[in-house]
Amino acid sequence: MTDSFEPEIVAFCCHYCAYTAADMAGSKRISYPPNVKIIRVPCTGKVDAIHIMKALEKGADGVYVAGCLEGDCHFKTGNIRAAHRVRRVQALLEEIGVEPERVEMITMSAGMGERFAKTARDFTEKIRQLGPSPVKTAARDFRRRAVS
Amino acid sequence: MITAVRKPMEEIIACVEPYDRILLVGCNECVSVCSAGGRKEVALLASALHMHFMKQGKTMDIREITLERQCDPEYVEELVTSVDGSDAILSMACGCGVQTIAARYREKPVFPAVNTTFMGASERQGVWSERCQGCGDCVLGITGGICPIARCSKRLMNGPCGGSTKGKCEIDANVDCAWQLIWDRLKALGLERRIEDIMEAKDWRTSRDGGPRKIIREDLAS
Repeated sequence: MTDSFEPEIVAFCCHYCAYTAADMAGSKRISYPPNVKIIRVPCTGKVDAIHIMKALEKGADGVYVAGCLEGDCHFKTGNIRAAHRVRRVQALLEEIGVEPERVEMITMSAGMGERFAKTARDFTEKIRQLGPSPVKTAARDFRRRAVS
Repeated sequence: MITAVRKPMEEIIACVEPYDRILLVGCNECVSVCSAGGRKEVALLASALHMHFMKQGKTMDIREITLERQCDPEYVEELVTSVDGSDAILSMACGCGVQTIAARYREKPVFPAVNTTFMGASERQGVWSERCQGCGDCVLGITGGICPIARCSKRLMNGPCGGSTKGKCEIDANVDCAWQLIWDRLKALGLERRIEDIMEAKDWRTSRDGGPRKIIREDLAS
């Protein structure tokens, strides 16, 4: 089952860095896994804990927030705030028995197309190793039981 | 404001586990300001509970409502239509809010989702410190605006004690000595001689010594 498992990943990408880096990866014809669904945000500081939680609750197997390199945030400290929120969500996930590794904070600059692609590949692989989200698996099994 | 912190998920889950329909109620006042039980925290807790119970193969019906103020019967009345459709109420307000709900909706079990902690002020983003213990007889006017009851570890009315070192309290090097703060403040105001005025033993009857307290304003409580 895990062999055929294709993780669904949500990436919240800052307009000023990671999103542009994704664009750069595209321009350079660097491929990255289609598992990663990008949501562009004006700054990672705009990403709230609830956005990450809702993504996981609605079926994402992993979520990462990709912001500017430390000290390079267009809005000064948005990426630092995002990193704090990611840590908070990780702690909450741990409390409810979901692997905190399913959520990560990543930083890069707008010119790092290669890094964007590598991050997408590495994170997809990490989630593939972790397996499907326990939330999604249990909910699906529950629905199957209810139908039969 | 009244400050609070969310209870551990394990404790919250144990409370609501036997039920299928939960009414999760936040409060827009103090707990919202200290990021413990406002609309955002309600959404976050609901999401965490959903995920936990989905993991167990259980669909939990969680209805989220955040009231303007949970410690006022007028606002708690707003729950009247939602309460019927729930098996239990989980409140993210301070203890006052939880008790107001419990008094109004006697037929429903009510659980607190936060631990009410203290009356405090915001030092900076994300940091709150205890500032008042509601002793009922404020002395801030003679202590330079620094409360020796809330901020001195020993609640000394005449300080500092021998445990004050370089402006810090002996219980923890990160805790300011309240009496050092009082001295510094009085000195800045040119009122340092006041430190030598002996304060008499405090009359604690205005505090909890007289049992649960009540304020009755005759002009309002008609």
